[in-house]
Amino acid sequence: MKIQINNLSIQYSDGTESLRGISMGVRPNAVTVLFGPAGGGKSTLLRCLNRLNDLAEVKTASGQILIDGENILDPKTDVIALRRKVGMVFARPVPLPMSIRQNVTYGLELAGEKRRAKLDEAVERSLKLAAIWDEVKERLDDPAAALSGGQQQRVCLARALALQPEIILLDEPTSGLDPISTGKVEAALQELKKEYTVILVPQSVQQAARTADYAAFFLQGELIEYDEGAKLFTAPKEKKTEDYIMGRFG
Amino acid sequence: MMKFLSRHRHATQKVGFALITLIAFATVLPIIGTVIFILVQGGSAISWEFLTGFPRDGMRGGGILPAIVGTLYLTLGVAAFSVPLGIAAAIYLAEYAKDNRATRLIRLAIVNLAGIPSVVYGLFGLGLFVVFLRLGSSILAASLTLSIMTLPVIISATEEALRSVPQSFRTVSISLGATRWQTIRKVILKEALPGILTGVILGLERAAGETAPILFTGAAFFLPRLPHSPFDATMALPYHLFVISTQVPNMPIQIQYGTALVLLVFVLTMNVIATVIRSRARAKRQW
Repeated sequence: MKIQINNLSIQYSDGTESLRGISMGVRPNAVTVLFGPAGGGKSTLLRCLNRLNDLAEVKTASGQILIDGENILDPKTDVIALRRKVGMVFARPVPLPMSIRQNVTYGLELAGEKRRAKLDEAVERSLKLAAIWDEVKERLDDPAAALSGGQQQRVCLARALALQPEIILLDEPTSGLDPISTGKVEAALQELKKEYTVILVPQSVQQAARTADYAAFFLQGELIEYDEGAKLFTAPKEKKTEDYIMGRFG
Repeated sequence: MMKFLSRHRHATQKVGFALITLIAFATVLPIIGTVIFILVQGGSAISWEFLTGFPRDGMRGGGILPAIVGTLYLTLGVAAFSVPLGIAAAIYLAEYAKDNRATRLIRLAIVNLAGIPSVVYGLFGLGLFVVFLRLGSSILAASLTLSIMTLPVIISATEEALRSVPQSFRTVSISLGATRWQTIRKVILKEALPGILTGVILGLERAAGETAPILFTGAAFFLPRLPHSPFDATMALPYHLFVISTQVPNMPIQIQYGTALVLLVFVLTMNVIATVIRSRARAKRQW
């Protein structure tokens, strides 16, 4: 297991979305999908994995998240190093107000990389991985915001990949995209899992079924069922999972 | 009946709109009137000698160079103190401060600081800088006094500009391994810069035009030379205008209006620069 979550519970100060007693392992070189109705705790779990919810007001947190055996919820964790190791792509593409190239090199330059050749190499490698290289290679110095939404999102993916993370978190990365762009992002994910541990909060049950090697169904802060995608979407064990997949609620 | 009512309402609405439009245009009249009046009255006084010469004949002739240079020095002095302090305070308030009682107290202080009459600042500056800190009546003391007055303007404008940068930029930057300070330096400040500059210029502009705060802290009635150091007193345009309008008998009216014109141009130029920066940034903005 790349990630082992043990009995994780989170509660925000304003009483919103929380997690209750989550335990699960995440395998490397696979796409693990976290799905379920809104407010179920999927994004909260994602934001725990790179400690991004340090920015939110968390009231109580208990349990462990072990990444490569180390508990990242430990207050002594180097969160900067953690975030370089665990990349994230958000629901809406957020290109930083700079050029495509600068977006991709942003994290690397913060990490102290100054060598031009290394940066150029990272730009090409990660843009290719995100399946956007051919579309932007002629205009790397244009503002990233000038691209279409689908292109922006793939640049954002490349930006996360440039740091050569080990784990990639994607929080509904295709929610604002048209079907063609969505297809491109999904295809990129299948390539990515060869090298990375991919955790995806999908935009729909259909996307979950299409992409999942492993799938976890979350409902109101609890992990209802966790299994291989092929099993969970064809023969769910839990009634609640089945109802949700069949579209009876949510 | 219905038809009559609706026509009646329609007419009322038309009259209402006409009135509001009229009032809106009326607000433009005083500024245009003032500018034209001062231009007509003072335009004839403007000459090379007026701008670069020293006052003569008990200020009834000659130029106003010491006042121009003095106002320039004071404005630069204010910028040196209030810009770094104001921006630092705003960064703290917008990016770091939690919403608690201490923060609310700071905000309350800033709002109230902006409401204090300028002559009170003058007296405060006299007490603190001139007398207690023994800076004497000097450019330094006057700049510090004006800075305190300018700070709330700069802090409010900068905080507003920082807050208008989308939260998602911060989240993304942090997720890429940036610290808070790196995020502020590399993304937030860059985006907020036009708003900050506008606030800074508007603050400095107000400081440049003030008379009361420098009255007791650094303004000289008349100096036959330019100030040599920050510890010298200085002439300044607003105070000079006050002096030649009230304290000097038989003052030629063109010199008064000429001085007013120079001050007006000085302040309006800063205003135009602020407007240009703002509109350029707006055109460039991509979110």
